[in-house]
Amino acid sequence: MKTPTRIDYWSANLRLVALCLVIWFVVSFGFGIILVDWLNQFRIGGYKLGFWFAQQGSIYVFVALIFFYAYRMGKLDKQHDVDE
Amino acid sequence: MTLTSLTYLVVGATFALYIGIAIWARAGSTKEFYIAGGGIHPIANGMATAADWMSAASFISMAGLIAFMGYGGSVFLMGWTGGYVLLAMLLAPYLRKFGKFTVPEFIGDRYYSKAARIVAVICLIIASVTYVIGQMKGIGVAFSRFLEVDYDLGLTIGMAIVFFYAVMGGMKGITYTQIAQYCVLIFAFTIPAVFISLNLTGNPVPQLGLGSTMLGSDVYLLDKLDAVVKDLGFAEYTTSARISQTNMFFYTMSLMIGTAGLPHVIIRFFTVPKVKDARSSAGWALVFIAILYTTAPSVAAMARLNLMNTIEPSDGEYMVYEARPQWIRNWEQTGLLEFTDKNGDGRIQYSSDEATNELTKVDNDIMVLANPEIAGLPNWVIALVAAGGLAAALSTAAGLLLAISSAISHDLLKGVLKPNITEREELFASRVAMAGAIAVAGYLGFNPPDFAAGTVALAFGLAASSIFPALMMGIFSKRVNKQGAIAGMLAGLGVTLLYVFQHKGIMFVQSTAFLGDLPPNWFFGIEPNAFGAVGALLNFAVAIAISRATPAPPTEVQDLVDSIRVPKGSEAASTSH
Repeated sequence: MKTPTRIDYWSANLRLVALCLVIWFVVSFGFGIILVDWLNQFRIGGYKLGFWFAQQGSIYVFVALIFFYAYRMGKLDKQHDVDE
Repeated sequence: MTLTSLTYLVVGATFALYIGIAIWARAGSTKEFYIAGGGIHPIANGMATAADWMSAASFISMAGLIAFMGYGGSVFLMGWTGGYVLLAMLLAPYLRKFGKFTVPEFIGDRYYSKAARIVAVICLIIASVTYVIGQMKGIGVAFSRFLEVDYDLGLTIGMAIVFFYAVMGGMKGITYTQIAQYCVLIFAFTIPAVFISLNLTGNPVPQLGLGSTMLGSDVYLLDKLDAVVKDLGFAEYTTSARISQTNMFFYTMSLMIGTAGLPHVIIRFFTVPKVKDARSSAGWALVFIAILYTTAPSVAAMARLNLMNTIEPSDGEYMVYEARPQWIRNWEQTGLLEFTDKNGDGRIQYSSDEATNELTKVDNDIMVLANPEIAGLPNWVIALVAAGGLAAALSTAAGLLLAISSAISHDLLKGVLKPNITEREELFASRVAMAGAIAVAGYLGFNPPDFAAGTVALAFGLAASSIFPALMMGIFSKRVNKQGAIAGMLAGLGVTLLYVFQHKGIMFVQSTAFLGDLPPNWFFGIEPNAFGAVGALLNFAVAIAISRATPAPPTEVQDLVDSIRVPKGSEAASTSH
């Protein structure tokens, strides 16, 4: 069943996943590993910022990301009439 | 009451609770729990998934490893949480729509091949058995301490209990038991953390305490820790990447992909009521996991600081060995903590210098269990931590053993070798498989390849390199065919196993390693625990290349892919073929 609406739905899904995965990559691999030394010059309380992203911040962002994704997908399902 | 009898009491009470819930729940409605869906809310399912997922590696081992690795230990924190993002977006909703019970079943259908299904079973068994070795290490440490015996005897007793627990079996599938296990383990993990954070910083929230100043001073806790460890010649706590940042990158990636490729986690999402719920369930699971994972860095840093203060109470004044605290005497009995008074002054010097360091062995896996004792917390807290550690280890070990035995009895025997096997024979085969897996994992657990969390990391690497790419390509590509998928899985698993075995020994028997496990022997400086990410890349590359050179999958398989991409028309999971 390859109706145009299904193709639209799938590409909208892929765009959303791509956006989420960019954020996922930036907060963990980006802020937590690659840019950690540079970020460590800033601080939140006693935390160096890069260290904070690696041990705290990235995890909070992951949680938020999944709920954001679930919420947006729920809307997409309805828009394209593919929900259960 | 002595600590030992209190520990028996608390551990016994929690076990009675799990069994009680199992019996009560079974009496309610059997079907509801075995189909594990019906009325179970995504929040409840998330909590149960969290209990299933967090094992001895998360509970007993991880914070101890971070305590000694500092910033470098972040790989576990990011890796074991970030994988849920991949799971929620790339796998869970689609596998839920597919609507079968096991991972090899999906691979067999999507790649229209029994051979692919068998390869998936092999990958699953290798990864899961390695995972169980890690659990055995954690269980061995916990039992040796609380029964006051050495590690090997503790492990043997642990094996017997795991066997009993897993064969009772049914308990594993019951969501409410797992919710109880989650409550016990999270309570046991956070209570000591709150007390210790209060003692050190005056802030009861460990996540905030770690970023606060020391009580009665304006020095930040992390700055103080950095200064103390640097003083003794160790690398700075908050910045040391251990091996290298490249290695951290691959290590984190390997754990993330592995999380999304481990069968016992994926299975949980097969059985939620709707595709929509698969997405939010992953989010709730991560919320409950994050409570432990954001507390762990505080536990790690504070335990390290308390340990340093015990050994060097004031500047240059080291602990007098004869006056050592009780917790040190207790752990010395297990053989996991050792001192050698090299200069014979009756005091214990601790430094990064091999020649003068007198804390000659401190198994990182003891830190979380010893932590409340080091901080001088009351006995009931210490007993609670023991119960929590066992809940974590046993629930995960049982889940993995179930995944192993169902792969053998359901996928291999019933699915491929002996389709008309009776239910009794299937059940018998699954018991034998379970016993076999415990024996192998337990035996290898006497000389584990690494600390519990490190061993588990190896398992994740194996899952990452074999299962995850096949699942993801099966959903996101219609072009990848059976030849590509099989070659990809074999290449990914093969290269990762070879790399791990050449450094860690064949089947982890250390004497058979043909290349020492040392940085100069590592490919691009990537340690074996982190190699799964490279294996996964190779898996993707091989699968895509070979699929291009061979015919596209048949139309009905392409239609299957189209249908799993949309939630509409999903049915409850079934085992029918």
